[in-house]
Amino acid sequence: MAEVDIGGIRREASLALVADRGIAVGDYVLVHTGYAITKVDEEEAMSILDAWKQVMAAEKEIQL
Amino acid sequence: MQSEFRDRVLVAKVAAEIREWSRGAEVRIMHVCGTHEWTITHAGIREMIPESIKVVAGPGCPVCVTPGGEIDAVSELSLRKGVTVTTFGDLLRVPGNTTSLSEAKASGGDVKVVYSVADSIKMAKENPRRNIVHFSIGFETTAPMTAIEIVRGVPPNFSVFASHKLIPPAMEFLLTSGAKLDGFICPGHVSTIIGVKPYRALADKYGKPMVISGFEPLDVMLGILNIVRQVAEGTHRADNEYKRAVRDSGNEAAVEAMDRAFEVRDAHWRGIGIIKSSGMGLRSQYGGHDAAVKFRMKGAYQDRMPKGCGCGEVLLGNMAPKECPLFGIECKPEHPVGPCMVSAEGTCAIVYKFKRI
Ligand code: SF4
Repeated sequence: MAEVDIGGIRREASLALVADRGIAVGDYVLVHTGYAITKVDEEEAMSILDAWKQVMAAEKEIQL
Repeated sequence: MQSEFRDRVLVAKVAAEIREWSRGAEVRIMHVCGTHEWTITHAGIREMIPESIKVVAGPGCPVCVTPGGEIDAVSELSLRKGVTVTTFGDLLRVPGNTTSLSEAKASGGDVKVVYSVADSIKMAKENPRRNIVHFSIGFETTAPMTAIEIVRGVPPNFSVFASHKLIPPAMEFLLTSGAKLDGFICPGHVSTIIGVKPYRALADKYGKPMVISGFEPLDVMLGILNIVRQVAEGTHRADNEYKRAVRDSGNEAAVEAMDRAFEVRDAHWRGIGIIKSSGMGLRSQYGGHDAAVKFRMKGAYQDRMPKGCGCGEVLLGNMAPKECPLFGIECKPEHPVGPCMVSAEGTCAIVYKFKRI
């Protein structure tokens, strides 16, 4: 069991389904009906956002 | 981090990209997840994309597809001596064919709402003299929880009435139904469990793009863009646009638990009918925890939609809630006529609540 913070509310969640993912304190997880189902990869998230921001920055430069 | 996936400027940029790639072509995209519908409705995504691109909701609401006869049977079970039925809150008010769990509760049935199957097991441990029956419904996102508990061992007075359903067979059913369908936005949460492989098989077999998406507006937009692009380029890959949560291989531990606890069976989807190999029932070695076996429930549950309710057509994406004559008049969340108005994941309820804001 672990304690999770869901938008400011503290709840218990089971880690039984992600036991092999090496979840550590401070990690982001997706919780469904009281069980963590996956770990959220922040680096992956940032890389998508960065890619789009670069596309937009490049377009701005072209416009200038 | 999450908030950046709601960034209006980024979302508008992707919308412009979608417009560019669509070139006026008619593209019909289906998603199969109540949470996707919520995002699409609330972020106004249908208004941001060209009119020629239709995004429709499919059977992505587990409560809505649970047959009326099963609801009747479990409601009846809650009235038996010594039995407590536990269920997720969404199911409580769903009308079955003749009754509902909340009606059974009002007439003395012991029905308790739980947040998780773990709560139900805890109840069984604390009340060893009572039979606790968990009405276990849901797709690949909810089945692993029940599965892993059953496999690890549960108290003898705990059993489940399992009505779990699988998403890829329902997608295949839709792909062979003859309806125009150019691609699927695949459900993010289900995909965290099953990974990309099942969609790859469908994409290859039917030649349609299948794209896993997350639940923020930018995620959904990227899913639509991916499909529109693939349609324009004539490709049909299964892609993962939700890599931050979904690994290509899915959650192997969860899939293994499901395989050990359940066997695949044909299943009845409410308002749709039987879909081959689309459901899961407990394996016979766990018969002692199978409520259907333990309480000699008859099975072969029939299903009727409430009179005048077009929920079946809504679930197939053939009808928009607003096209139902009862929508917002006789049928509202306070007094729902059909299941699609009860569940928070039901298309009718989502559209109705949004209109009220
Ligand atoms: S509005 Fe109500 S009656 Fe009409 S389809 Fe939806 S749930 Fe059924």
